[in-house]
Amino acid sequence: MADEHVLRVENLQTHFFTRAGVARAVDGVSFAIRAGSVLGLVGESGSGKSVTGNSIVGLVDPPGRIVGGRILFHGEDLIKSSPARMRALRGFRIAMILQDPMMTLNPVLRIETQMVEAVQAHENVSSAEARRRACDALGRVGIPKPSERLDAFPHEFSGGMRQRVCIAIALLHNPELIIADEPTTALDVTIQAQILSEMQTLCADNGTALLWITHDLAVVAGLADSIAVMYAGKIVEHGPTDQMIDSPRHPYTRGLIDSVPSRAAPGDPLRQIPGMTPSLLSLPDGCAFRLRCSRAIADCVREPAVGQFGTAHMVRCIRPLDPATGGGVA
Amino acid sequence: MKARQGAAIVEARGVSKRFAKTTDIAGKAARYIFGTHTADQGVQALDRVDLSVNEGELLGLVGESGCGKSTFGRIVAGILPPSEGAIMYRGRDMTELDRSEAKKAKLAIQMIFQDAFSSLNPRMRVGEIVGEAAAYHQIVQREVLDDYVVQLFRRVGLDPADKDRYPHQFSGGQRQRIGIARALAVKPEFLVCDEAVSALDVSIQAQILNLFLKLREEFQLTYLFISHDLGVVRHLSDRVAIMYLGRIVETAATDQLFVSPHHPYTQALIEQVPRLDARRQAFAPLKGELPSPLDPPTGCHFHPRCPLAIERCKREVPPFRKVAQGHWSACIRDG
Repeated sequence: MADEHVLRVENLQTHFFTRAGVARAVDGVSFAIRAGSVLGLVGESGSGKSVTGNSIVGLVDPPGRIVGGRILFHGEDLIKSSPARMRALRGFRIAMILQDPMMTLNPVLRIETQMVEAVQAHENVSSAEARRRACDALGRVGIPKPSERLDAFPHEFSGGMRQRVCIAIALLHNPELIIADEPTTALDVTIQAQILSEMQTLCADNGTALLWITHDLAVVAGLADSIAVMYAGKIVEHGPTDQMIDSPRHPYTRGLIDSVPSRAAPGDPLRQIPGMTPSLLSLPDGCAFRLRCSRAIADCVREPAVGQFGTAHMVRCIRPLDPATGGGVA
Repeated sequence: MKARQGAAIVEARGVSKRFAKTTDIAGKAARYIFGTHTADQGVQALDRVDLSVNEGELLGLVGESGCGKSTFGRIVAGILPPSEGAIMYRGRDMTELDRSEAKKAKLAIQMIFQDAFSSLNPRMRVGEIVGEAAAYHQIVQREVLDDYVVQLFRRVGLDPADKDRYPHQFSGGQRQRIGIARALAVKPEFLVCDEAVSALDVSIQAQILNLFLKLREEFQLTYLFISHDLGVVRHLSDRVAIMYLGRIVETAATDQLFVSPHHPYTQALIEQVPRLDARRQAFAPLKGELPSPLDPPTGCHFHPRCPLAIERCKREVPPFRKVAQGHWSACIRDG
C-alpha cells in the first residue's frame, strides 16, 4: 500500500551526550503528516519540539545525535540518507523556516544573490530565470515591488518583511514539506495574522504538508488540522485540533489551555501549572509530568502506556481526563 | 471586578519624546566649512501623549513594536526625560519637586523589565540584588535586612534558601520573580511592567500573572502594564490604552474596549489575535506594516492601513474625543 503521508516519523530518538549526562531531548516521538495538512507541534521551551524539527532535516549538531527511529519522507528513511542526499532534499523538497530570519539570511549579501543561489543549488537554470522565479516567490508572499526589493540587503527590511523573504526562499521550489519553527513568535499581532493567512492559502493551494512548531496553542488552534503536545521529549497527547482544544485528555494539555489568559474570567487568578519544566538530565521515573500534575497517583511512577480514543486521538497518561465529566482537573 | 477609582497617581501631560542624532564633529566641521545645513534626523517616539493612571488601577498599554510604549514606560518610571510635557506625580510636576520629594517619588515608581536576566547583575548574589536598594535608601536597618529579604522571597514565591545563588542559576520565571522582589524592596506604590511576561512559557506566564494580581491586593499597588499581548492585558487590566506610532488612539474600560472597540486599529487588533476557540480561523489581516517612526504618515498615523480612511484622514490629526462614558478615541470619522 502506498503511504499517503508525506512525512512519517516513527519512534524518533535524538539524544544529547553532554558532560553532565545524556539528555533525551526527543525520546520516542511518532507522528505523520498528509499532503496539504498542517500539524501543530506544541511545547514549552526544552520540550524537544525544535530538536524534533531539526532532526527531520538532519541539522542536529554534536553533542546531539539521532540514536533511533525512522523518519520516512515518502517512504525514504532520512536517517539513513547520505549527507549528499540530504543536501539535495533540504531546501528543495523539504524546506525550513526558522524563528529568527536573520539566522537564515546572510547580512552582507543582497536578497537576489541569496535567492538565485537557492534556486541554482537545486536546478540547472540561467541566472535570469532564477531571478524571475525569485521575483515570483517574493510576490507570492506579499512583498510589494518584488523586482526592486530583490536588490535590497536584509537590514533594509522590517522584521515581518524579512520573515516573508525567508518564507519566499522556502517556497522557491514548491516543497512538499515545510517545517516552520516558531516563525511568527517574534512578530507583531497584525504581521503574524498576515503570515498565518498566507501560509494557510499557500499550503492549501500547493498541497504542501506543514509542520508548525510553536509554544502558542492559540496560534495552531486557528491553523492546524491536528495538534501534538510535547513534554520532556515525548508526545503526551496527539489528536484532531477540535478534540485537543475542546476535550483534552492529558492533564498537561488541559493545564496549557487553562494557562491562556483569555480562557479565564478577567481578574480571576489563572489556573496555573505548578513548578517548572524538569531538566532533561534528571527526569523523574515514569510520567515526566507527574510532579506537577494534580491527578498524579502512586502508579504514575511507571511509564504510562499510550491510550487511544477513537482512531486519531492518543494520550500518554494513566489517568486521562474524561470529557464527559467536564474534563476539569480533579 | 471591583471598581477602583482613586485620584490620578501618575499623569502624563502632553509628553513627547524625540530621539535625535546629535551632529558629530565631522558634521559640525562640514557645516562650518561648507555652510551646509543637514536637517536633524530624529525619531518622534511619542507625540503629545496624555494619559493618567489612577490610584489602585491596573492600566494596560497595548501597541506593536516601535509604537513607543516602552519609551512611555521609561519616561513614567523616570529612566528617560521627556522632550516636552511633564509627568505629574500626585498632581505635582516631577521636575519641580525638591530633592527629598523627588527621591521619594522615584522610589514610589518602580519598573519591571522584560528581560530579567540583563537587568540583574550577574556577579551579585540574588539576595544582595534584592536587598541592595532597600539598604541604601535606609528603608530597613542593616541588622534586619536579611529577614526583610527572606520575607520578600517568600512573598514572590522564591525559596529563601536560594538567596546566596547567582542569577544564572535560576530559570526565566524565577528571574522574573527576583526582578519583582527587587522592585518591591523599596516599597513602591506604582509598578511599570514592560512586557514583563512576554519572554516566558505559557505555564510560567500564568504563574507570574497570578503573582502580579496577588501582590496588587497585598501591597495596594497601581500598575502600568505594557504589553503587546491583548489576551494578557484583557485578563489583568481595569482600563486599556491602545497606542499606535507614538499616539494614544483609544482608551476605555477593559470590557468596553473589547466588546465595542471604536478605533479601526483597535478593531483590527482584536480581530487578529489568534484564539483558542477559533478553528480554521480565516485571518483577514491589516494591509501593510507599522510605518517607520522616522517618517510617519501625515494626518492620522493609521490612515495608510485603515480600511475606512477618507481624504481628510491624510490631512488632519484626529482629536482625542470622548465617545462614551470613560471611552476616548482618536478617529476623524467619529466627528
